[in-house]
Amino acid sequence: MFADYSMAELGAIFAMQGFAGLILFSVFVLMALGLAIIFGQMGVINMAHGEFMILGAYVTYLVSNLFAEYMPALFSMYFFVAMIFAFIASGLLGLFVEWAMIRHLYKRPLDTLLATWGLSLILQQTYRSVFGAREVGVSIPDWMMGSLPLTDLIEVPINGIFVMVLAVGISLAVYIMMFRSRWGKQVRAINQNRVMAGAVGINTEWTDRLTFGIGCGVAGVAGSAFTMIGSTGPTAGQLYIVDTFLVVVFGGAGSLLGTIASAFSISQAQSIMEFFLSGSMAKVLTLLVVVGILMIRPQGLFSLKLRK
Amino acid sequence: MSDGISNNKTKGVSRRAVLAGGTALTASLFMPNGLRAADFPTAEVNTTGLAVTDDAVTIGILHSITGTMAISETGSVQAEKLAIEQINAQGGILGRKIEYIQEDGASDWPTFAEKARKLLVNDKVASVMGCWTSASRKAVLPVFEQHNGFLYYPTFYEGLEESPNVIYTGQEATQQIIAGLDWVNQTKGAKTFYLLGSDYIWPRTSNKIARKHIENFMDGCKVVGEEYYPLGHTQFNSVINKIRLRKPDVIYAIVVGGSNVAFYKQLKAAGIDMTKEKPLLLTISVTEDEIRGIGGENIDGAYACMKYFQSLENENNLAFVKAFKEMWGDDMVIGDVTQAAYLGPWLWKAAVEKAGSFDVDKVREASPGIELTTAPEGYVKVHENHHLWSKTRVGRAQADGQYEVVFETADLVEPDPFPEGYQ
Repeated sequence: MFADYSMAELGAIFAMQGFAGLILFSVFVLMALGLAIIFGQMGVINMAHGEFMILGAYVTYLVSNLFAEYMPALFSMYFFVAMIFAFIASGLLGLFVEWAMIRHLYKRPLDTLLATWGLSLILQQTYRSVFGAREVGVSIPDWMMGSLPLTDLIEVPINGIFVMVLAVGISLAVYIMMFRSRWGKQVRAINQNRVMAGAVGINTEWTDRLTFGIGCGVAGVAGSAFTMIGSTGPTAGQLYIVDTFLVVVFGGAGSLLGTIASAFSISQAQSIMEFFLSGSMAKVLTLLVVVGILMIRPQGLFSLKLRK
Repeated sequence: MSDGISNNKTKGVSRRAVLAGGTALTASLFMPNGLRAADFPTAEVNTTGLAVTDDAVTIGILHSITGTMAISETGSVQAEKLAIEQINAQGGILGRKIEYIQEDGASDWPTFAEKARKLLVNDKVASVMGCWTSASRKAVLPVFEQHNGFLYYPTFYEGLEESPNVIYTGQEATQQIIAGLDWVNQTKGAKTFYLLGSDYIWPRTSNKIARKHIENFMDGCKVVGEEYYPLGHTQFNSVINKIRLRKPDVIYAIVVGGSNVAFYKQLKAAGIDMTKEKPLLLTISVTEDEIRGIGGENIDGAYACMKYFQSLENENNLAFVKAFKEMWGDDMVIGDVTQAAYLGPWLWKAAVEKAGSFDVDKVREASPGIELTTAPEGYVKVHENHHLWSKTRVGRAQADGQYEVVFETADLVEPDPFPEGYQ
């Protein structure tokens, strides 16, 4: 298939393809970080993760409309404001959901699966009632659309760069919170031994709530960023949920590093196979390999030693 | 709307002339006072126990108003309700008001079948306007055939079907595909095609027909790639690179649903400017409805091939668009399927009046040959095979989310659900 092309063209295509893989990697990282916090650290199987993301997307849509209406001069900058609001909105909803629902289910982790799935249906129908069944079009500032020509042949999508920068930024933020902050220390302590953590004076209830809220908030930021590359509709969250769980489970629940490593390997495998095979085939093969590896290594790529 | 449209044609129309069918039907569509129920005793027009009374007839509306497909099906429901309201404002059918029972298929195919059974068996509806995806149609088909119901199905679809219990008001694949490919070849000199689609029956069958046509009927043209992505796929950067590598003249895209939005946004972000037409993008899956989600600025310059665009400038369509917006709000857009759904109740009304009966068998017999000169898309006619003769058009997407019509076939295109040489 490459016979008719010059070396320069091939080089350019491969460079762009490599970049496509990196963008996919960033998308996976963004999707999975929020869930890695919630599922990895708390053991809550949050099936409504996609809906928290879409809440972020809808907030972005609202903010973009507000800016277009009242502050057209600042429209090109609205996206940053939108991401902050997306974090706050999804985070607050997360806090509320934890208080109303999740905290009653910590002793029955499998039931969180059903409960959050029900929550996802409720949220979907709420979005449908509020925003309508149709997808909404989020207008993205001009400077974020289009591509950056690096050479004559290589063009790099700007929104891809944006997603990459965001993924790196949020990963760093989560890392610092998890391993350098008081809250992170408490979360890890609870994760290792809930009773002891409580005994030494950690407010486990509040820490749990905050953890869930932060996880949901990160999901909201991801959803906000995805308005650039995907659709915003009541059920759009469903498009991400499978890949998200795949990344988190494959990486090893409880390990942030594992999540990132697994996002990298899955995205590269998929992107390379998509290039050489068809899209559906790439997906099938990726899933097969992941299932195979998980059969040999059920704990995922990286696992923490836990005292159960 | 009837005040604005009803014109001197309606004057002096006698019942006999209406029953004669043909051109007189046109007039009957806009006749202010309709036919009188007293002239059509219920016992005579309904011999099979349908839900017909002396002053009302009940039909079913069966679409998804919850779940994934609600995005697409909402427009159809709105159009059908508009048509019913307009028909009632003109006196109904055979002097009877149309009442409807709406059921929700919930984007779930077994639910569609169950609700269809409920409508036919419990409610005894005289006809059903409904379904959107091929999967839902296939699910209800046995129910309609078993209980002898009558379905008006609005979506453009892959063909290869012809049921005595269904009237297909959208285009089947050959109607939609061939004219567009010929057009792009003749006016744009396109020779190489990259076929792309979501991975299910409609895109695959459509691309199969497209490939056969390109390879067998278009001189010197070839397909340089064919690709399918799972429904809901949101990352298209790899395939966009592949497209760059193959340098096709035309990207022939049949991507649907949420993937659509991702695909066009990423295409634009990757620096493929469709307004330059290198490559040119031709789609059969993006109506004005989808553009709302994609964003007009992201699809500016792409071509779509279907039978209806909201921007069509004929009197019927102007009136239809106006009425639709009055009923459902100014920010509504109307896509191909929405228009096809609007035809359903009107075609049924014409068939019932031609048959002089609500009985499904008689309506079926009366259906072929039914003409509608008041359709927003222009003139349509029901073929023997239960599909519609219709024109095919090519529109160019604009940043405001509307299509500019750049081509329309000179004649009506014959529906051919089982095309020879394309299997």
